[in-house]
Amino acid sequence: MTDNSTIAATRRPLRQRIDLPVVTAFGCIVILLVVGSLYSTNFLSPEYLLQQLKVGAFLGIIATGMMLVILLGQIDLSVPWTVTLGAMMASAATAYGPMGELFSIPFGVFCGLLIGLVNGFAVAYLRIPSMIITLAVNAVAQGLMVAYSGGFSPQDSASPAMKFLGAQSTFGLPHAVIVWAIIGMLAVFLLTRTTFGRSVYGIGNKESAAYLSGVPTQLVVMGAFALCGALSAFAGVLLAGYAGKAAQSMGDAYLLPAIAAVVLGGTSILGGRGSYIGTIAGTILITLLASILSVMQMAEFGRQIIYGVIIVGMLLLYGRDKKLR
Amino acid sequence: MVDQVPLFQMEGISKRYGGVRALEKADITIQAGRVHAILGENGAGKSTLIKVMSGVVAPDEGRMLLDGKDVSFSDPAAANAAGIVCIFQELSLIPELSVADNIVVSNPPTRFGMIDKRAQRRIAEEALARAGGADIHPSTPIKDLPLSRRQIVEIAKALARKPRVLILDEATSALTASDVQTVFGVIKRLRSEGVALLYISHRMHEIAELADDCTVFRNGRKIATYEAGTKTDDEVVEMMIGREYHHVFPPKPAPKPPGATPALELRNLSWAPRLRNISLTVQAGEVVGLGGLDGQGQRELLLALFGVMRGTTGDILIDGKPTQISSPRVAKSDEIGMALIPEDRKTEGLMLPMSVRDNLSFAALSRFSRGGIIDRAAARSAIDDVIRLLAIKTDGTAVPAGSLSGGNQQKVVIAKWLMRRPRIVLLNDPTRGIDVGTKQEIYALLRRLADEGAAIILYSTDYDELIGCCDKVLVLYDGAITRTLTGEEITERALIGSALNIEGQEAGMMRPAVA
Amino acid sequence: MNEWRFWFNAQRGTLLALAIFVLMFVVYLSNHPAIVNNGYTAQGVGNVVQTAANKGILLALIAIAQTLVVLTAGIDLSVGMIFVLCNVVASFVVVGNLGAAWGFDLGPVGGPAVGVLIVLLVGVACGATNGLIVIFGRLQPIVATIASSAVFFGLALWMRPQPGSTPEFAKALGKFMLTKFGGVIPASMVFLLIVVVVLWIPYSRSVLGRTTYAVGSSEAAAYMSGMPVKRAKFMAYVLSGFFSGLGGLYLAFVTSSGQADQAAAGTYTLNSIAAVVLGGVSLFGGRGGAVGAIFGAFAFLTIKDLMFVLNVDPLYQPLLQGIVLLLAVSIGSARLFQVRNRLELFG
Repeated sequence: MTDNSTIAATRRPLRQRIDLPVVTAFGCIVILLVVGSLYSTNFLSPEYLLQQLKVGAFLGIIATGMMLVILLGQIDLSVPWTVTLGAMMASAATAYGPMGELFSIPFGVFCGLLIGLVNGFAVAYLRIPSMIITLAVNAVAQGLMVAYSGGFSPQDSASPAMKFLGAQSTFGLPHAVIVWAIIGMLAVFLLTRTTFGRSVYGIGNKESAAYLSGVPTQLVVMGAFALCGALSAFAGVLLAGYAGKAAQSMGDAYLLPAIAAVVLGGTSILGGRGSYIGTIAGTILITLLASILSVMQMAEFGRQIIYGVIIVGMLLLYGRDKKLR
Repeated sequence: MVDQVPLFQMEGISKRYGGVRALEKADITIQAGRVHAILGENGAGKSTLIKVMSGVVAPDEGRMLLDGKDVSFSDPAAANAAGIVCIFQELSLIPELSVADNIVVSNPPTRFGMIDKRAQRRIAEEALARAGGADIHPSTPIKDLPLSRRQIVEIAKALARKPRVLILDEATSALTASDVQTVFGVIKRLRSEGVALLYISHRMHEIAELADDCTVFRNGRKIATYEAGTKTDDEVVEMMIGREYHHVFPPKPAPKPPGATPALELRNLSWAPRLRNISLTVQAGEVVGLGGLDGQGQRELLLALFGVMRGTTGDILIDGKPTQISSPRVAKSDEIGMALIPEDRKTEGLMLPMSVRDNLSFAALSRFSRGGIIDRAAARSAIDDVIRLLAIKTDGTAVPAGSLSGGNQQKVVIAKWLMRRPRIVLLNDPTRGIDVGTKQEIYALLRRLADEGAAIILYSTDYDELIGCCDKVLVLYDGAITRTLTGEEITERALIGSALNIEGQEAGMMRPAVA
Repeated sequence: MNEWRFWFNAQRGTLLALAIFVLMFVVYLSNHPAIVNNGYTAQGVGNVVQTAANKGILLALIAIAQTLVVLTAGIDLSVGMIFVLCNVVASFVVVGNLGAAWGFDLGPVGGPAVGVLIVLLVGVACGATNGLIVIFGRLQPIVATIASSAVFFGLALWMRPQPGSTPEFAKALGKFMLTKFGGVIPASMVFLLIVVVVLWIPYSRSVLGRTTYAVGSSEAAAYMSGMPVKRAKFMAYVLSGFFSGLGGLYLAFVTSSGQADQAAAGTYTLNSIAAVVLGGVSLFGGRGGAVGAIFGAFAFLTIKDLMFVLNVDPLYQPLLQGIVLLLAVSIGSARLFQVRNRLELFG
């Protein structure tokens, strides 16, 4: 009896690990690379791949936060202006002498954290649907940034530290990729090894059961939104470093791809199910798809259509709800 | 001669859910112009019978005849079309729509493709008047009505479909005493109009007042059909409880001498209007049962103890110390050490898609973690222990909890709380819908926990369990404890008698308004 | 009298939106430079109203589109893209010489008429696509419409990579749709009224319309009651596409051109949700209506206008707009503090 269960316990995880969405996503990445390499041998060069990872790192960091929120069964639509806010606030801090430069990155991240806390408080305690409240908070963040950046000529160029993280490389390895890797490892640790992560999955699956199990559900929800805000702002900080300066609406292009990356990676939009490795796969898949379509000189319209069709197609393969009956 | 053909007949109907047989070759004959009462304990097969009749589930075998002709229903709409209408216990009203909208919902009158509001209003008013709800304004949204009025609307909705067979499943359970009288008037009038009525109720005096025929079910089989008034209450109760099997219950210890500080004591706990002045004590090592009909406040009591209910009054004493329990998180803390095995394991006890391992450790994570980081080795060994202790049958710990059988799922729910080593265990109908073998294991486990010093409160809808497991049973009626049974007093007869509140006088008439 | 109370309760959200809009609009009007300088002349008021109407009808139509899906407890994030796509299509087909290239010129009346029909068909097709994916593909509305909007945008971009128009665009029709009758009543308002009377009211009173509400309120109860659940949901998406298409058409009337404008699409999608919320439509489904959403849309736009005439520093305008929105959506959470069984919070 005990023997059987131990054998089952060791054998089972292997089969479990074959997770259809993740395998499909990685399969699609391989197919993309093969198709790309048929087109041009550059596709398999380390330089090209690293460049893709670097571009994908910003999306990957945002998707990390988005994944936390989606795992709860919620969504964060305030990402665009939280990204911009992080970038602008970090750049702004740079104007305040050496101390400002030193604290530019933490300050930007901190501002994003505050935005996330507002979102989280409204969702957890006021129980306003996340879709609405994050939309409204996005509008407020936009208003704040417009008011700030227009009033007096703000400092908008990135600090050296931001450029170091966002734009530079060591031995050909972009620092942004290293940052993403560290955040990714922390995320995996958080999701799989901590009570917080376990609670996030629990709440996403059945909030009532999590509550009756004595989980402080409201604090966990607030924490997840706060992390999402902080990570979005951090991605904004890196983007500002990458581009050299912060710009309005720099975050607009990241909302939908972040949601798509998380969902394509197999995380259920209803919450409770999904692994970080899937989010990595989704991020790379989306980045690669965009890049390959542009290298193939596919017109923008074709890229958009293929993009949409692939997302729907992949979701129809594995992202469907259960039947009503 | 025509009158001799019964309006509706069921012959040899069987239905199985998985391995559980809910109905076994059931027969019933329903005559026009008569009220036919169905009696039976919880799980006797009554609800399956009416689900088959009204087209909600398809029978595995057997046939149904309407006016002597074979019929079968693919969905509730088909049964409605044939004139068989059921008023279900779970309400099927749409909260945001108005009373009138709901009454005509399946077949609204239309003019030029639009719903004819005036005709709809007329139908609704007529149906409401017939159902005894003339005081309900047809334009009120359902969500603004109290439960008892919704029940009247549900009846009006059924009447608007012009039923030939009307099934009332515990239709009076949410009603106030005056509403009950109104509904009785409706039923009697329908009977005189030639409608066949199938009446299901736990309230003996209601059946005595209304029924022309009675059929008793037990364990999915029909036991007897008799004309009302030909059997005594005692005989009826005898037919309902006669058992083919007996659970094996562990022996009870000798009653403990009172005097020690109780592990849990309640003084006048109230949660208006559902709980009224509940006072009780539970000693360490004692199993206290909650009895009574379903829905008399037992669930609310357990939830209130566990810190879920807002606005309770009265005192909770743990080991003699007054304690505030404001959330499940407080309830499970080491100072209190409480655990609740909730009513619905699928929505309140488990996260079905998550692994058995994650479910088991979910409530006890703080025991295996330091600074929020889980010690996986410690968790794993504790999980292995508890799986062995409760003999949970699972294909490894990584499979989703939803893939286990019902009995093993329930064991996981219990096990996840045992991992915290609780001192006070609340159980809300823990054996509902699970197999006999697992039930026996749970009984033994409860007694073992008590012997190890836990204080246990067990709510069960199965009277056998209360008799076999409990040292003391508190019978609830309408949110208050009406009787306390201890030791040898705990018998099926006493339990059913006090639950139905038929001792003494007409209990139903005493029911206060439940808003 | 009693009857009015129920009507009032049912329409509370709509009436509130109306009151907010009227109040703001009156303040806006009385502070508008044209009125301040020349007094309340029919000409002056007419002009201000016309400008507001022609701006507002676009968002109003998109808000109706959003309402239909929100009533079923779904969400349509592709309304903006359908709007843009139909605008682009309109810039090609709503022309005075439709078919000339293939040798069957439909003429200055028939051409635009058929062109309008084509635009609306495109809208309906987009909506039907969403409906099929959501209902039969069983994908969540939010992801399904995110993905489909990429496809719609791609199509728009394919046709009009650069903003542009056709010389033969039926400018006369566009002009007519934006004129004002009797010098006071804007044609766009008349059109909106017709839309409500001819399309919305019959739909909301039909069996399918009622089912739309029922599905959003309680899908299980609607199914148990034998209502046409799937058909009603599908119809909601189709009509949503239709109204977005109508919006795109109107944009073409306003600009006489088409543009695959991604930013505009995003703004309209998000603003449609804001308008719907301000208009008293519950995002949980089952409550509210198109009329409320229309007032919500106008109220939302008037906030901006109001800040303009009140000389609010333009820099602070978006912030104020955001805060108004934030407060608007936070109202109603007060009921939570009355919940006595905390398990009910998790519904």
